[in-house]
Amino acid sequence: MKKIEAIIKPFKLDEVKDALVEIGIGGMTVTEVKGFGQQKGHTEIYRGTEYVIDFLPKVKIEVVVKDEDVEKVVETIVKTAQTGRVGDGKIFILPVEDVVRIRTGERGEKAI
Amino acid sequence: MRGVLSLIILLGLSGLGLAAEEAKLDTGNTAWMLVASALVVFMTVPGLALFYGGLDKAKSILNTIAMSFTAFALVTLTWIAVGYSIAYGDDILGFMGNPFQYFFGKGISGINPDTGYPALLDLMFQLTFAAITTALISGSFVGRMKFSAWLLFALLWSVIVYPPVAHWVWGGGFLSQHGALDFAGGTVVHINAGVAGLVGALILGRRKDAALIPNSVPLVALGAGILWFGWFGFNAGSALAANETAAWAMINTTVAASTAALAWMFAEWLHAGKPTVVGISSGIIAGLVAITPAAGFVNLVGAVLIGAIAAPIAYFAVALLKPKFGYDDALDVFGIHGMAGIVGAVLTGVFADPSVGGTPGLIYGNVKQVFVQLVGVVVTMVYSAVLTAAILLALKATVGLRVSEEEEVEGLDSAEHGEKAYNF
Repeated sequence: MKKIEAIIKPFKLDEVKDALVEIGIGGMTVTEVKGFGQQKGHTEIYRGTEYVIDFLPKVKIEVVVKDEDVEKVVETIVKTAQTGRVGDGKIFILPVEDVVRIRTGERGEKAI
Repeated sequence: MRGVLSLIILLGLSGLGLAAEEAKLDTGNTAWMLVASALVVFMTVPGLALFYGGLDKAKSILNTIAMSFTAFALVTLTWIAVGYSIAYGDDILGFMGNPFQYFFGKGISGINPDTGYPALLDLMFQLTFAAITTALISGSFVGRMKFSAWLLFALLWSVIVYPPVAHWVWGGGFLSQHGALDFAGGTVVHINAGVAGLVGALILGRRKDAALIPNSVPLVALGAGILWFGWFGFNAGSALAANETAAWAMINTTVAASTAALAWMFAEWLHAGKPTVVGISSGIIAGLVAITPAAGFVNLVGAVLIGAIAAPIAYFAVALLKPKFGYDDALDVFGIHGMAGIVGAVLTGVFADPSVGGTPGLIYGNVKQVFVQLVGVVVTMVYSAVLTAAILLALKATVGLRVSEEEEVEGLDSAEHGEKAYNF
């Protein structure tokens, strides 16, 4: 099992979510996050003075999937979240040791 | 016998005459001044507190609100104790009134024969001005000042600085004797507070993070709106009557605020690229400040021009002057209240229309009035700067002015008040 963490542009969230649901992903966790990469920060102007805001708002989607679904999910996220401009985000793929469904105590892939 | 009788009749009649005069309450004026006083309270609590609070950082919004609220509360007490007497007591050498004349309302009773409302209402109405002036200064100090030092400052400033200046201009002191025009407090309130803010910013020093990134622009907009609304009490109330002068002051106030909102917005749009809500709100305040000395003296064209001239000057003072000189006037008390106040005070001498307030300005041939206005501005600036510096330096040497760097970074809300504005 793998966890896929995708940092994307906030306005792409709905599109990505719908696309993932369409390919059969049954759940996800979404967090509003801040950070910077190649895009760096942005500037805001108050009373005529420009301030550099270092951290930009992004959305982090976390999905845990079976190994064989990883490529499909990554492909879907890349396809839907891409604008082609700097700041589209990143996807991290991490190994997952185990999964527990709290309601039943089930473990492993069937608990995803 | 006949002589005695006629004397008795005469005394009786004069007694009757006096009683009749005292009983002549003008209910219209009284009702308006009751409302106007309440409107000016609303400007500070909560108008100014929210305006400043929204502009400040989320970690010190409560401290910022507390500064305005406590300024109001403290100045209420200093005003009824000695402030009102220093401003409006019997004149001593043109400099101040007898400081203990109206100690806690002593001797204030009956109807003011000039205005037809209870003399107590003068105490109340003028109190609200002393309070907001002191609260205005706090905008420059936010984000690094010890709360205890602020309380001591507000206490001292509201006794030593505000009341004498109010006396000079309104209480029969030397500036009014020289004919300086200040309808509702451009000099007494805004220049006075603006200069105190600038001096305070220099003495307090810069914050570690001096960026002005508002934590809530909707609060800024709400605060600006409340200030605009309350300003009708401030300016139209300064007619001290429900009459045509009050109507002039009201329409001029709204005309200048509207013009200045647009003027600031366009100045910012051209200079910085975007018309911001913080900018529109700031323009409103700049316009309200600038029209304050002129409200009952100029016509509508004068009001438009005052708003249109004052707002860009205030904008560029904030956008260019402040970064150039590097003083940390956190929420632009000097940039907006000081600069727009100075522009308004001078332009009052330019645009005063004799058919509105009885005094002609420069464009009606009275060149001297501009000079008279400038004297008022300069005298107030010097007095406010020197005395504010003296108070702050004395506090710095005794209780200290600034919180520790750690407390400043953590935020004054938790460090000074033990609470947070937003709990999730």
